[in-house]
Amino acid sequence: MSMKVSSRQVDGVTVVDCSGRITLGEGSIVLRDTVRDLLSKGNKKIILNLGEVNYIDSSGIGELVSAFTTTKNQGGELKLLNLTKKVNDLLQITKLYTVFDVKDDEATAVKSFK
Amino acid sequence: MAMTEQRVSYTLDSSLETIDSAEEKATRIATELGFGDDEIMQISMAVREGAVNAVLHGNAYAPDKKVTLAFEQTGGDLIITIRDQGTGMDLSKIPNPLAPENLLKTSGRGIFLMRSFMDVVEIRPTQAGTELKLIKHVHGPTAGGKEASQ
Repeated sequence: MSMKVSSRQVDGVTVVDCSGRITLGEGSIVLRDTVRDLLSKGNKKIILNLGEVNYIDSSGIGELVSAFTTTKNQGGELKLLNLTKKVNDLLQITKLYTVFDVKDDEATAVKSFK
Repeated sequence: MAMTEQRVSYTLDSSLETIDSAEEKATRIATELGFGDDEIMQISMAVREGAVNAVLHGNAYAPDKKVTLAFEQTGGDLIITIRDQGTGMDLSKIPNPLAPENLLKTSGRGIFLMRSFMDVVEIRPTQAGTELKLIKHVHGPTAGGKEASQ
């Protein structure tokens, strides 16, 4: 299953619902294009809802890091929501859990933006 | 495809499809050998990362270069070998992805993940390219086991 995304606005925050696989190739490109498109339109408060992402490889991890740094460099914030156990474990192993702001409740995630 | 009782091998193109195919084969074989769900995920991800290295960094998508992938069950081990026909890699130049200054790098985690998920990871140059050997003990420890690399 390739990656699919859909975006919605919640109290001034863009929530990107992701599903499928974030892997080398299409999945990583979809994520990259989505975040760049949001930033170009001035949407700088972004939550990536990864609740339906069942697989991610090192390229996908790199794409998450890229999305995080690109957003930050443009004065925005990007947070992660609803990690599956697999994705959570990967972020723990790679120590990226200390980098990302990870939430498990959408309302709390939305309110956490400045 | 060539197959014996305990060994199966494939010769694959240097393409993105090969990466997905390698992962699918690893998942199927690990399942057939009776590994648990977590171990199957670890094996399939390690093979995927190995295939990514072979296709991208080894063969650089060259259409005239092939990737060979072999699965072998020997004693209590699942041994997976991935060979490419590239120019090889200098492991000393691969930075530690856990170092604070490298945490926000967008690449360089593939070998680290393989070492995290498999019991043994060996990378060595050959006359034709690079050979990666991944070993998982059939009834051994799960993640975070020992490693051997060069």
